[in-house]
Amino acid sequence: MIKRFLDLEWKQFTRSASFGKSVALKIVMAFFALYFVAMFLIMGIAMYPLLKKVFPESDPLIMFNGFIFFWILGDLVIRFFFQKLPVMSVKPLLTLPIKRGKVVNFVLGKSALSFFNFLPLFAIIPFGVTLILKDYNVSVVIVWMLTIVLITLINNFLNFIIESLSAKTELSFLPIILFAGSLFALNHFQIINIAEVLSNGIQAISNNPLFLVVPILVLIGLYLYNFKILRAKLFLDSSLKSKTQEVNASNLEWTKKFGDIAPFMQLDLKLLWRNKRPKSSVWMLLMGLLYGLFFYPNPMYQDKEFLFAFVGIFVTGIFLINFGQFIPAWDSGYYKMLMSQNIKYKQYLKSKYTLMTLSVIILFVLSIPYVYFGWKILLAHFAAAVYNIGVNTYVILLGGSFNRKKIDLNQRAAFNFQGTGAVQWIIGFPLMLLPMGIFAIFNFAFNFEIGILVLILLGVTGIIFHQKIMKLITKRYLASKYKMIAAFDQDN
Amino acid sequence: MITTTNLTKKYNSNPVLNIESLEIPKGQSFGLVGNNGAGKTTYFSLLLDLIQPTTGYIKNNDIQVNLSEDWKPFTSSFIDESFLIGYLTAEEYFYFIGELRGQNKADVDALVATFEDFFHGEILGQKKYLRDLSKGNQKKAGIVAALIGNPEVIILDEPFANLDPTTQIKLKQIVKDLAQEQGVTVLISSHDLMHVTDVCERIVVLEKGEVVKDIVTSQATLKELEAHFAGTEII
Repeated sequence: MIKRFLDLEWKQFTRSASFGKSVALKIVMAFFALYFVAMFLIMGIAMYPLLKKVFPESDPLIMFNGFIFFWILGDLVIRFFFQKLPVMSVKPLLTLPIKRGKVVNFVLGKSALSFFNFLPLFAIIPFGVTLILKDYNVSVVIVWMLTIVLITLINNFLNFIIESLSAKTELSFLPIILFAGSLFALNHFQIINIAEVLSNGIQAISNNPLFLVVPILVLIGLYLYNFKILRAKLFLDSSLKSKTQEVNASNLEWTKKFGDIAPFMQLDLKLLWRNKRPKSSVWMLLMGLLYGLFFYPNPMYQDKEFLFAFVGIFVTGIFLINFGQFIPAWDSGYYKMLMSQNIKYKQYLKSKYTLMTLSVIILFVLSIPYVYFGWKILLAHFAAAVYNIGVNTYVILLGGSFNRKKIDLNQRAAFNFQGTGAVQWIIGFPLMLLPMGIFAIFNFAFNFEIGILVLILLGVTGIIFHQKIMKLITKRYLASKYKMIAAFDQDN
Repeated sequence: MITTTNLTKKYNSNPVLNIESLEIPKGQSFGLVGNNGAGKTTYFSLLLDLIQPTTGYIKNNDIQVNLSEDWKPFTSSFIDESFLIGYLTAEEYFYFIGELRGQNKADVDALVATFEDFFHGEILGQKKYLRDLSKGNQKKAGIVAALIGNPEVIILDEPFANLDPTTQIKLKQIVKDLAQEQGVTVLISSHDLMHVTDVCERIVVLEKGEVVKDIVTSQATLKELEAHFAGTEII
């Protein structure tokens, strides 16, 4: 049976309309994966000598155990944003003679094979081998490694529980931040010293393998809970039952100022507000706005001016990147209708352009308080905003004409909690890294002001040639019209 | 009004549609029948320029549909539920379509009000998004949306499927009125022979992409069609 499921997934992957794009993305993902593997390997090998050097009088294994609490928290947060439960279209399977339990077990089992669960091994194994070479008791080290693997799996399943719970709330990332934040706070303010308790626990397990029962029981408990949640979702009525939302209508009269693109603007705003998935890109704005706080308060970055441009692009462009990369897939559900209606592609695209431009301007205004960290930052943000409007908007619109993947706004797919994963960020990289690179080169070769000027000039050029560029983009969309219609007609 | 010339559509050299010539005059109610895979939806999709013809062309009011978009203002259609925007309410959807077709809210309200009866109180003022309506009600909303903006050509794919008997009867009346009193060219496809013979002045039977029958509807039409599809043709 598992072989059949795998076969189904393979066919779904190879026969989908976006196959080429998926392969390209998978390759990029593979490079990132390799990078992280290398990082973890280096970490695993260097861990022992490093700990020995920094804390010469304490036992490296015990020191490492002390960090595990923070590692778990970090791992959970990263998983929340990047790891998604494998999606499987289950509806066709429901009426076939397949036990529901089997489907759930397959999905959960597959998630255990996630890259996120293998990554720690690359650090743990070299570290463990070093320990054994340094005359640690072999059985202790092996039990310790097993414990870490169990903790990784516990994290894996804990993450899905958090995701499924938070999928119901408006601010989907709030629960995880609260959960991780409060654990961290409890520990930090010494209310409960979780880090030490955990460290002692792992120590105890390593010394007495019988205690392994504890993490195993926790793991089984989490697995069963996941099983329960997913199995409950495996009935048609839970996904089909009309969870009739109360309509929140607003008249959006102000969009009339934009003339003939007004109907599309209204449509886009409703799209953003009434569907969970695009709505999450609105909440991302908050995260994006605060992103600068990671860098600017830190004196280490004070003189790294090239970072200003990067942060500026990110802060003012987060909505652009998040929303823009799924143009026109947001409208994929009713794309056929749009194409047979009395509209011009130009208006349709212009509405998207206006929306993105507005977001950049609003985000720039909101980011003005960063001037507290220096006027250069404000200037860099301004240049980044102009660049976003004049270059990145077009790039992302143009990229959209290659978009062949349907988005199901009605979110009926079971197991699909958030729908966006690591892939989304990878597309954003060239949009952010290119301007950073340009700025860095001119900043390095001349000075800060020239770098800023170049970014602004690029942006202004784009704005001046707006009509010409839009015409070009419209042509691209027209050329791929039939392909898009056919692809959006496919269900994955 | 609609002229089809040498139209073929092939998928990987597999012919799915082959119409040498088909002329639909203005104001005709035109029915397209055929078994699954006969090419009905393909023909409508070609007419709406949603897919590209392999050879030949369709002219809608002398405008070749795959070259110019000027046929769009006077042509409207409802092919399937993917023509609806799930996250809008029925009213919002009607207004949106109205705006695309140059109608203001009052115009749309006036038109929609005449279908109160057809909606049976289940569409308007429901405070529900279209995605939360039942399949039948979605269809009603889509069909009415296709009538907004005084189109001269209306294309409905399988309009009778999924509708309850009361609504089917009302829909038949609406379609008849459109063609006979307002001079609208209505194209309908259906599997239900009785409904099409009731509604359409002319019926074309497609089989494996080719026109095999072109009948002006009369008393005998239903019998003839039933005999044809049962495979017991009377000569």
